[in-house]
Amino acid sequence: MELFNLFIKSVFIDNMIFAYFLGMCSFLAVSKTVNTSLGLGIAVTFVLLITAPFNWVIYHYLLKPGALSWISQSYSDVDLSYLSFLIFIASIAAIVQLVEMVVEKFSPSLYNALGIFLPLIAVNCVILAVALFVQEKEDQSLMGLSISEVTIYALGSGLGWFLAIISMAAIREKLRYSNIPKPLKGLGVTFILTGLMAIAFMGIMGIKI
Amino acid sequence: MANKSNNLKLLTTPVNLQNPITVQVLGICSSLAVTVQMKPAFVMGLSVTIVTAFSNLIISSIRNTIPNRIRIIVQLVVVAALVIVVDQILRAYVYDISKQLSVFVGLIITNCILMGRLEAFAMGNKPWPSFIDGIGNGLGYSLILLLLSFLRELLGSGSVWGYKIMPPVFYQLGYQNNGLMILPPMALITIGIIIWIQRSKNKELIEN
Repeated sequence: MELFNLFIKSVFIDNMIFAYFLGMCSFLAVSKTVNTSLGLGIAVTFVLLITAPFNWVIYHYLLKPGALSWISQSYSDVDLSYLSFLIFIASIAAIVQLVEMVVEKFSPSLYNALGIFLPLIAVNCVILAVALFVQEKEDQSLMGLSISEVTIYALGSGLGWFLAIISMAAIREKLRYSNIPKPLKGLGVTFILTGLMAIAFMGIMGIKI
Repeated sequence: MANKSNNLKLLTTPVNLQNPITVQVLGICSSLAVTVQMKPAFVMGLSVTIVTAFSNLIISSIRNTIPNRIRIIVQLVVVAALVIVVDQILRAYVYDISKQLSVFVGLIITNCILMGRLEAFAMGNKPWPSFIDGIGNGLGYSLILLLLSFLRELLGSGSVWGYKIMPPVFYQLGYQNNGLMILPPMALITIGIIIWIQRSKNKELIEN
């Protein structure tokens, strides 16, 4: 039940786009048509599901203050957490490259669908942000997180992002036929729309589950 | 002398006509979340300017030795190293603000301004112009950040830079702070309006 709550919370309440504005750059750039945003949304969710647990393992067993004590007691006061940015981004870039190669080898049709989006994802803020949020949560809680919690959190954040970009693309496709003041066309109205959608999402923000 | 005016142009175009946020659509993610108050916004703008300028400088000086296939990883590593330095400095000297910025300092790494400028400019230009380009883009980014945070702080909590400036008389007459301005969605709407105003002043920026 705990995990289910966490899932719902990360999809709707802590939505990456509407509550934290992460991954906005690709959100704004790619949400012109539903088809492309479908591809990017799936790719982001997929990569998040792999990178977030992986980065958690690295942080939990290598970087966290005292994390090295599983090797020997004399390492228990080593604190490598200042390296986290570098390690996280390097592992994300490496995993994205690896995923790209594996997908290309085993499923050419999926590769054709996701292909161009995969390299973009290494620099999508959502991926790094989930790793950093997990790190922040890990530092705050005494017990630390479990790997299933991290996986569910990553899945929820990915799906929340997916939901946001799909609905934005659907609205923008319709928007093409409406009469907007010229200087507001394109980027301006997209910002305002995202803001309005975020206000709608705030309606469910107060819910505690 | 032509060279000098070119450099000046590199510094000034990103502030208005090629503004990273409102025209190039780069680096939106962080700009919205840190603009509730002016102080964190200023620190964030400064950090991004420094990181952009120096990563541009470094990447541009080693651009001929980077193998094309792994350039993204090289760029990310350079940027991440610079961000770690900035993060440690912020923690040492302005701990409160660094707490407020939380993960957003780390997210400078994936800030699209950096990757965008590295790919579009530093990979094909000499170190000095790249450095100037980095500072220019950082300034354009900080400008929008400061404008946005000024509006949000003034209307949302009636203060500027942490000082109350709304006279108490207003409150007695029934004026209230607009709580919506503090919330994230209004940042998006405000930026939309800034874009609207900017584009109606500069007709060539209008999209079709």
